[in-house]
Amino acid sequence: MRYLVCIKQTPDTAELPKVKPEEAASGELSIQQVVNPWDEHAIEAALQMAENFGGLASVISVGGEKAIEALRSALAMGCKDATLVENADADAWGVAALLAGAVNHMGDVNVVVTGQMTVDGNSGMVPVAVARKLDWPVLTGVAKVLNVSEDAVEVERVVGQARHTVKVKPPVVLSVIKEIGEPRYPTFINIRKAARVKIPVLSADDLGVTVPPPVVHLSNFRKPPARDAHVQLFDGPADEAAGALIDALLAEKVL
Amino acid sequence: MKFLVFIETDSGAVVPSSWEALGKALSLSDDVEAVVIGENVGAVAEEAGSRGAKTVYLVEDASRSLFDLDLYVADVKAALETSAADAFLASHTGNGRDLAAAIGVDLGAGVIADALELWVDGDRLAGTRPVYSGNILVDVTVDGSPQIATLRPRAASPAEATGANANVVTLSPAAAESRVVVEKVERAETGEVSLTDASIIVSGGRGVAKDPELGFKLIRELADVLGAAVGASRAAVDAGFIEYKHQVGQTGKVVRPDLYIACGISGAVQHLAGMGSSKVIVAINKDPEAPIFSVANYGIVGDLFEIVPALKKAAEAKLSK
Repeated sequence: MRYLVCIKQTPDTAELPKVKPEEAASGELSIQQVVNPWDEHAIEAALQMAENFGGLASVISVGGEKAIEALRSALAMGCKDATLVENADADAWGVAALLAGAVNHMGDVNVVVTGQMTVDGNSGMVPVAVARKLDWPVLTGVAKVLNVSEDAVEVERVVGQARHTVKVKPPVVLSVIKEIGEPRYPTFINIRKAARVKIPVLSADDLGVTVPPPVVHLSNFRKPPARDAHVQLFDGPADEAAGALIDALLAEKVL
Repeated sequence: MKFLVFIETDSGAVVPSSWEALGKALSLSDDVEAVVIGENVGAVAEEAGSRGAKTVYLVEDASRSLFDLDLYVADVKAALETSAADAFLASHTGNGRDLAAAIGVDLGAGVIADALELWVDGDRLAGTRPVYSGNILVDVTVDGSPQIATLRPRAASPAEATGANANVVTLSPAAAESRVVVEKVERAETGEVSLTDASIIVSGGRGVAKDPELGFKLIRELADVLGAAVGASRAAVDAGFIEYKHQVGQTGKVVRPDLYIACGISGAVQHLAGMGSSKVIVAINKDPEAPIFSVANYGIVGDLFEIVPALKKAAEAKLSK
């Protein structure tokens, strides 16, 4: 079995509040970038599947040169090989076309693994879009992988307030959530190995993909209005403070 | 502009935020239709009509009892063809998101995903959505037909019942094969409020550490009195104090209740990314320097093990009046 994890390099979540509107518009950020946190769980999921059910985990990213750093982090966690696909100003459908093109190019991928969304784009559109481009089934909200074989992939997934146990015949796209497992730390050996791995950089042409023109147009990037929050504190004995707080919330009509 | 709104059901029951999507469409257009898919969901279709959808397309089949992407995409495409709607709208639930993505990518149409606001500008649908985890807002328009949007739960008021009679048009299930076998469904306890739909959330964080079981018991009791959902910070989830499904924040759920009561939560930016757009925020924390106080409207500096039971008592006394 071959598992292919799709990752994106995104801002360190602690630094997200520092993103300026003009940076968001240009996509050129001055802050620290790391592997999208949701995708770290996807890497973990692929490594677990490779360990528990056999096979190997590969990693891929669509992005600029800097995304190589994110790919090396995934290699350091244990992925066996990495591929960078040049981003040709693609929107979500374009990224999906490039990822699907890469899957077809590789030819032997059985399971594509993604995170639920990115912490920058936030739309959560790409996992399903990759599956549709490949005409593979897709399972989102995957919390636990029960079994993987040539004939069936069986997982538990979170659907609204419920939890479903489902089975599907691979190839399949799995979009995982945090419950799948905490991402492992890189080992020293893997970090050293990762530094030496040659990461091929492929273009849309190399993959034989025509990137569709963007159909989502963004404008007027801005900071959300600041919270008009000047905190009103209630003190005194617990009962008094609690009573005053409940009165304030009743007056606000939020109770 | 003609809208088709997806009214999501789950085993025959409507998913409540669907009415918000319908309400938003009705606020933008006089020409709003709905599509209801499921098993035994005729009553939901009637209700969609009484809440203002002019025509309701109904697809009923045992194979549709649970959301199945392949089947639902085929049914919605058929409804879109019959309706000839200009725009397709769903609530940004997990299923709504997947459905919009599949239809959009199949048809080469863009999606205004997880919109906080939508409006119509001539023959264009436009919206505002958060990016960078709520730290930036951006306006979005899309190309393609239909124009597609998903609306964040609690971003609009639900469509109200008008008493109008529904014009329900039954469509036969579209010819499509399911590729997923559902072997088991475990439901949440009845009465459990979903975090994304909740108007009040009481959340616990690292502050419960000295007795996590008691801490979350007190939080749950307060939540029960207020009719609230129970949330948690990542710290509390990672420490094993409570299940992941309660996590609010960057790698958990994004919520926007009317009232968010943070108990023993310091207020890291990753947590704020999940609850920063709550209408009123209350902070209860021992540390007066905790960053949560800088976004809170009200606060009590103190031990949650004392304050939370006191709040429960006060709420019981004052809410019963």
